[in-house]
Amino acid sequence: MPAIQSPGTEEIHPDVELVARAKDGDVAAFEQLVRQYERQIFRVAQHITQNREDAEDITQDVFLKAYEKLEQFQGNSKFSTWLVRIAVNESLMRLRKRKTSKTVSMDEDVQTEDGAIPRDFAEWRPNPEQLYNQSELGDILRRTIQGLPPGFRTVFTLRDIENLSTEETAEALGLSVPAVKSRLLRARLQLRERLSRYFGQKKEGQTT
Amino acid sequence: MNCTDLLGQLTDYFDDKLSADLREEIRVHTAGCQHCRVVLNTTRQTIEVYKGTEIYEVSSELRERLHSAIMARCLDSKK
Repeated sequence: MPAIQSPGTEEIHPDVELVARAKDGDVAAFEQLVRQYERQIFRVAQHITQNREDAEDITQDVFLKAYEKLEQFQGNSKFSTWLVRIAVNESLMRLRKRKTSKTVSMDEDVQTEDGAIPRDFAEWRPNPEQLYNQSELGDILRRTIQGLPPGFRTVFTLRDIENLSTEETAEALGLSVPAVKSRLLRARLQLRERLSRYFGQKKEGQTT
Repeated sequence: MNCTDLLGQLTDYFDDKLSADLREEIRVHTAGCQHCRVVLNTTRQTIEVYKGTEIYEVSSELRERLHSAIMARCLDSKK
């Protein structure tokens, strides 16, 4: 059986045994996998859809699909990456059905040209976490990420919130590594510029 | 290195995947370019503040409800 390995190591990922047992019909093994990844899958779905009810439905659908298609999982990637891929597909499909969000083609090439250089370059210091309480900061971060096109939001969520590697993100989204890097750059710069408006103003307000 | 070149290297810079030569080029450029220095610093802060803040909490109540629903649907699919 092919091993699921972390890149660059020979260590066998602990999920390999759980997946093998689950494939043999061990429900407890599958339940353990659900416990391990349900929060992550829920967060990914909520970040992409920006809707709690959708995220709940999608999380259930993802694990049901995984359960039904477990035999198709060959272990060429991490089990978690496979789940994330299903979650991203389900979430984007849900967004398309809703048709309420601005959409960006997942194949659209993002250029790093002069036009991409942010215009607003206010410095923010000290750290935003010291300027806002946790709930205010959470509101700002939610609002700014909501404004990103879904294609950029998805890449940012997987790379910078869920800490997937660039390669894992590319695999989960069916994109090339350069396409992921390009989208990640654009997402980070857009968020940076949006946050500058909040944190720059707050800083000015405090110093005047 | 100009400002556009620097942006093109930003992702690898944050991932610490650049050669020593390229890192030095970035250091030299940002030493003389306030715009890029601010963009680099605040982009790094953007990533850090998102990484350090749980923006969508999953309460234990929600998690239990979700977990029960997932397992019920999976077991039901076998019947």
